[in-house]
Amino acid sequence: MSDVSLMVNGKRVSGAAEDRTLLVHFLRENLGLTGTHVGCDTSQCGACVVHVDGKAVKSCTMLAVQASGSSVVTIEGLANGADLHPVQAAFKEHHGLQCGFCTPGMIMAATDMINRHPEGLDEATVRAELEGNICRCTGYHNIVKAILAASKTMAKGAKGKAKQAA
Amino acid sequence: MGIEGVGARVARKEDKRFITGAGRYVDDMVVPGMKHAAFVRSPHAHAQIKKIDVRRAQAMPGVIGVLTGKELKADGIGNLICGWMIHSKDGSPMKMGAWSPLAVDKVRYVGDAVVIVVAETKGQARDAAEAVEITYKELKAVVEATKALEKGAPQIHAEAENNLIFDWEIGDAKATDAAIKAAAHVTRMKIVNNRLVPNAMEPRAALGHYDKAEDHYTCWTTSQNPHVARLVMSAFYNVAPENKLRVIAPDVGGGFGSKIYIYPEEIVCLWASKKTGVPVKWVADRTESFLSDAHGRDHVSTVEMAFDKNNRITGLKVDTIANLGAYMSLFSSCVPTYLYATLLSGQYDIPAIHANVRTVYTNTAPVDAYRGAGRPEATYLLERTMEAAARELGVSPAELRRKNFITSFPHQTPVIMNYDAGDYGASLDAAMKASDYTGFAKRKAAAAKQGLLRGIGMSCYIEACGIAPSAAVGSLGAGVGLWESAEVRVNAVGTIEVLTGSHSHGQGHETTFAQLVNQRFGVPIDSVSIVHGDTDKVQMGMGTYGSRSGAVGMSAISKALDKVEAKAKKIAAHLLEADEGDIVIENGALKVAGTDKNVPWFQVALAAYTAHNLPAGMEPGLKETAFYDPSNFTFPAGCYICEVEIEPETGTTEIVQFVAADDFGNIINPMIVEGQVHGGIAQGIGQALLEGAHYDASGQLLTASYMDYTMPRAGDLPSFKVSTSNTPCPGNPLGIKGCGEAGAIGSPPAVINAITDAIGIADIAMPASPPTVWAAIRAAKH
Repeated sequence: MSDVSLMVNGKRVSGAAEDRTLLVHFLRENLGLTGTHVGCDTSQCGACVVHVDGKAVKSCTMLAVQASGSSVVTIEGLANGADLHPVQAAFKEHHGLQCGFCTPGMIMAATDMINRHPEGLDEATVRAELEGNICRCTGYHNIVKAILAASKTMAKGAKGKAKQAA
Repeated sequence: MGIEGVGARVARKEDKRFITGAGRYVDDMVVPGMKHAAFVRSPHAHAQIKKIDVRRAQAMPGVIGVLTGKELKADGIGNLICGWMIHSKDGSPMKMGAWSPLAVDKVRYVGDAVVIVVAETKGQARDAAEAVEITYKELKAVVEATKALEKGAPQIHAEAENNLIFDWEIGDAKATDAAIKAAAHVTRMKIVNNRLVPNAMEPRAALGHYDKAEDHYTCWTTSQNPHVARLVMSAFYNVAPENKLRVIAPDVGGGFGSKIYIYPEEIVCLWASKKTGVPVKWVADRTESFLSDAHGRDHVSTVEMAFDKNNRITGLKVDTIANLGAYMSLFSSCVPTYLYATLLSGQYDIPAIHANVRTVYTNTAPVDAYRGAGRPEATYLLERTMEAAARELGVSPAELRRKNFITSFPHQTPVIMNYDAGDYGASLDAAMKASDYTGFAKRKAAAAKQGLLRGIGMSCYIEACGIAPSAAVGSLGAGVGLWESAEVRVNAVGTIEVLTGSHSHGQGHETTFAQLVNQRFGVPIDSVSIVHGDTDKVQMGMGTYGSRSGAVGMSAISKALDKVEAKAKKIAAHLLEADEGDIVIENGALKVAGTDKNVPWFQVALAAYTAHNLPAGMEPGLKETAFYDPSNFTFPAGCYICEVEIEPETGTTEIVQFVAADDFGNIINPMIVEGQVHGGIAQGIGQALLEGAHYDASGQLLTASYMDYTMPRAGDLPSFKVSTSNTPCPGNPLGIKGCGEAGAIGSPPAVINAITDAIGIADIAMPASPPTVWAAIRAAKH
């Protein structure tokens, strides 16, 4: 057993976990954050994507102890209180989800993608960068639409903030 | 249409929980005292079980119980069954082999469940599962259906000689043979429909909880039809009587058919919960899903299509061998028969059809319905043959199809189905226009300049949905009726609960069903709750598959709404001192037509429950139940056109355009319908280009993970151009045909027709992966 101590969604949490415990299982079973899902055993599907220290990580590729000391954001921590994150809002508006199982990982991966591309996104880039996330329901059509729309909204938001700051 | 009514693009109510991580799937459920299960599965495709030694596993840390099939049988748990009886053409019933939830004497495919281990943690259960010692005597295995029928093939079930389950036929053999003999031209093809794994993103899971105090069982399960699960587990598997068994299917992460069936795991978890005295949860890992979920398709067929000198089809003869795997899954027998051969007329007026279907046991995972179920196989066979025929006859594929379209309705086909409405020319025109079909030659020439092979292919599909009229399916062998139920409960303040036997696992029922209520009563959709997926809340229902939730499930709701409306109007008429026949519902109020006298909806509801001033003799309350049994199947149809560019050096196919023009009848929420089409097309393109379940000759599944089985990813697909036309379905009160499966049915032949057009070859196997395409290009050159 190892002691695991980290920040999750802005709160300090700690607990004991078997050495082999994956971060995703620690989040789901120790912390009850069941929004992060497990859809495969081979780090292919991306249903478990969370942000670790600001970067998108498949939480099934990381041991809980490896995440000790890190700051983790899960789907439960993405919205600002009752206000949806622009990516969450775009997935709803553009029907970017059906069964909802891959959705948390999609949204976390998409948020990271948009953050990494402040210059903006096009369809080809979004499709290429979604390589690590599998959806069986939507055919990706509306997911791509939602990410492109969110990217625009977030760019506007960033500009607005920059203006305010100036 | 109001802003939330029928026809409106309303954003989904259910999304809120899914986008915030608050969805609740079976693996998210925690019950006090809950423990974890792992299954020991057969590593062999075919073997006798000589000995099971659980002693070492029982002594492992955290282990609560290690249970075998012998104990299960001793407790009277029944074998799994197929619920649709098919008789062979000689009159004999299908040969169903025994399927014990835990194998006792013999294993018949890799993944066959043998032992369940229950332990404190999931890790401990898995560790202990590895310590169970099973001695097998390996037997020769067979994985291909055609080989399983050969003399001397390994015998899989004692009940089925030569592994033949049934040898069934439909149609008129004599008339069809005569048509072929007299034909001006006959197109002949061998058609293989590749085996697929449905791969809902949420792996299957079950949580069984036996409550000793109440002598009552609860099962949380990843099911598309919890009531059917309860019925079958009670009536056939002897788990518990229905009144002692509650089945809950909470949020379910996709199904596509694979979560219709009752699998061994939920039965065993319920039984093990009683046996060990703790709630038992099992969640499949992905490889377990690949091994043990019901697979789809896997047909090998030959086809002969006869034409007269005017290029009119005069006859169609089909011979199909369908692989049903190691055991007969719940609806496996109806997929290659009544969901397949009855659709072999397609959109065409064909005077004579005959199909012979043999179903076969092999040492592979059971095969059952997967999105489309039989209809994709029929469509692929027909639309590949039409394409080949057009090329052989030297005529335009579009015009050959158009010439043979059925144009007057109702139309009785020679294979049972009676098409009620359609306009196939309209879909073909719409698809050709959207794809700029006439401009293709130019685009092909431009691609050729860049060294790319460009091809175009179309597919005109029809399917039978709205499954299904109970008496009709009963006469064809179904063990159940396929009606649906609904209960509409109007609360005292006018908010509404709709209890439905349909189950939503991605289809958006919580929104579309509420839109229907909004349309009728003007109640905002946020004041309408859709309740489903729990046998303690909804009395009975048949679930969601076969694109039936709109046509059948919503028709039941509509019937219940009729009853509520009738009573509400009586109350309003009484309150307004008007004639019941003069009451209309507008903008959330019941009005006397042509006057300003009205009473708001919520006041009518309140009056029903205060009961201070009701018409004489009326019972209090405003709650109605309805069962709806459809009068016919529904017949969605459409035309898909696919355009591809192939890079000859690598064999890589890019889908540069995909157009879908569908006729689904009336539509409640176009946004949701388009989403269903997108998803279906992606699965169809997956079948055509990427997906294939492969067993080696010894019966090992070589494609048992996402590293080996190619799931369509965003980069494999284009954005789709979808549109709909509408010939309302005359068979149900809402005019709905259903849209859930169309994409997966219509798209594979369109893709393959485009690829064979690009390369200039007659045929190519699915999946047309880069090596297959590359080899085909090479072979075509030499």
